[in-house]
Amino acid sequence: MSEIIPIGPYHPLQEEPEFFRLHVEGEKVVKLDIDIGYNHRGIEKLAESKSWDQVVFLLERICGICSTSHPAASVRAMEDLAEIEAPDRAQFIRTVICELERIHSHLLWLGLAGHFLGYNTVWMWAWKYRETVCDIFEKITGNRQSYAMFKAGGVRRDFQEGDIPWIRSCLEGLKPAVDMFRGAVMDDPVIHARTKGIGVLTPQQAKAYCVVGPIARASGIAIDVRKDDPYFAYDRVQFNSIVLQEGDVFARAAVRILETAESMHIIEQCLRQMKPGPVDLHVKALPPGEGIGRAEAPRGEVFHFIVSDGSNFPVRYKVRAPSYVNIFSNEAACVHYDVADAALILAAMDPCYCCSERMVAIDMDSGRSRLSGNDLLRLSHEKTEKIRNRMPAI
Amino acid sequence: MKWSQIEHALRKEFGPKILKWTVHNKKRIYVDIDRVQLVSFSRFLFETLQARFIIASGLDTPRNGIEILYHFDFLHLPQVLSLRVFIGKPDLAVDSIAAVIKGAEWIEREIAELLGIRFINHPNPAHLILPEDWPEGVYPLRRDS
Repeated sequence: MSEIIPIGPYHPLQEEPEFFRLHVEGEKVVKLDIDIGYNHRGIEKLAESKSWDQVVFLLERICGICSTSHPAASVRAMEDLAEIEAPDRAQFIRTVICELERIHSHLLWLGLAGHFLGYNTVWMWAWKYRETVCDIFEKITGNRQSYAMFKAGGVRRDFQEGDIPWIRSCLEGLKPAVDMFRGAVMDDPVIHARTKGIGVLTPQQAKAYCVVGPIARASGIAIDVRKDDPYFAYDRVQFNSIVLQEGDVFARAAVRILETAESMHIIEQCLRQMKPGPVDLHVKALPPGEGIGRAEAPRGEVFHFIVSDGSNFPVRYKVRAPSYVNIFSNEAACVHYDVADAALILAAMDPCYCCSERMVAIDMDSGRSRLSGNDLLRLSHEKTEKIRNRMPAI
Repeated sequence: MKWSQIEHALRKEFGPKILKWTVHNKKRIYVDIDRVQLVSFSRFLFETLQARFIIASGLDTPRNGIEILYHFDFLHLPQVLSLRVFIGKPDLAVDSIAAVIKGAEWIEREIAELLGIRFINHPNPAHLILPEDWPEGVYPLRRDS
């Protein structure tokens, strides 16, 4: 008979409350139910009462980690509707902001994944290096998060003189750190043992669940909005879209680590190619019609659909964040694996999910709690430790 | 597959069943179809043309009905094809495409509760984002609510 382990929905450390019901038989997960909606903020409805200019600020508050992805898709949708293109310099600035965000988001995830595995050094180091990126944001936008840089037709602030060499020197310092992570994480036999072949999402499942971003690319599906539907300055820079075939937790981690290096490469090219010039078209109004905007957020494609009647307010604002499709695929990725792996598989989707200490196993007959959240995190750490002890001395 | 091949295949397969083909620009294409064609059109896009389902979006229109757009894209192509289906009041029901496209399951549940559309043969028509005790017949994205 299966037991049910409820996970979530709330925890102060996670930004997205979700509720997972793991059905387990012994150590194996046999089924997963997912509930969302605990923090539904009605942003689509709220957007209808904001002017086009204000909408961008509202959308920036959808996600606290990849806060610029939604404004990126939003200004693309508005520019698609009005059939305009922002000036060149603005496009380069937007690209730099988007890629800096990818670096800090991936480092944040890497730190959390390290913590789930019991590698707290990876956690501390990843978050230490992420600080450098937040410092860059603070200097060039005034904010460490929610940068308020994007608007239809351009950006709100130009880079100041001296910013470009400074960003360059910061990135130079970050490069050895990312290289170190690549070695420390991707060559570690214990991490291999804990993550390879775990939480596999086959290409067929990835297609059926319509997953996006690193989850799709780790399952061999080569989709990347930056390549497929180039926007901002992505058609003027060289970069590799990282695609792996295995579809397991390791592949998802590898995609993100390798992408971080690509992002730095993109930023360098943008800084080199940027020329002085205007950064804003000063758009006064949007015409009636429909517009679609897409952007590749760190977690995958963000999709916005807007309807305008020519007034200053949207008639309809539809947002599809990448976690909306990625989280649903946990239903397939968690089944047949150990409970000790569940926290890691759920975290590998990167829904900013870190509420494993809310996990409680309940005995279905008595209704009493048998396993606390900390116990499950401990199970994961113990499994790592067991594997580590079995390995010959490294 | 090139975009021209996709357009050709769709026109050949559905011909007069395509009510309107609007090219907003070369990357954004809107195709109007009747709601009875929705499942076969989606199946052809998803299975034969290997399209990816992005999401659906619903809109309460002043034309006494609700419009749903099903957005698709294609591997390595910049085009987004949006299938437009109009559902006139009072019979606000349309066939579910979730049996063909698993990834459409959540958004259909969302549209059902926000706009009050009934998705026929949906595998799991439960609440998604509104609370379980949300009053029946109240739809937040309806103009008349």
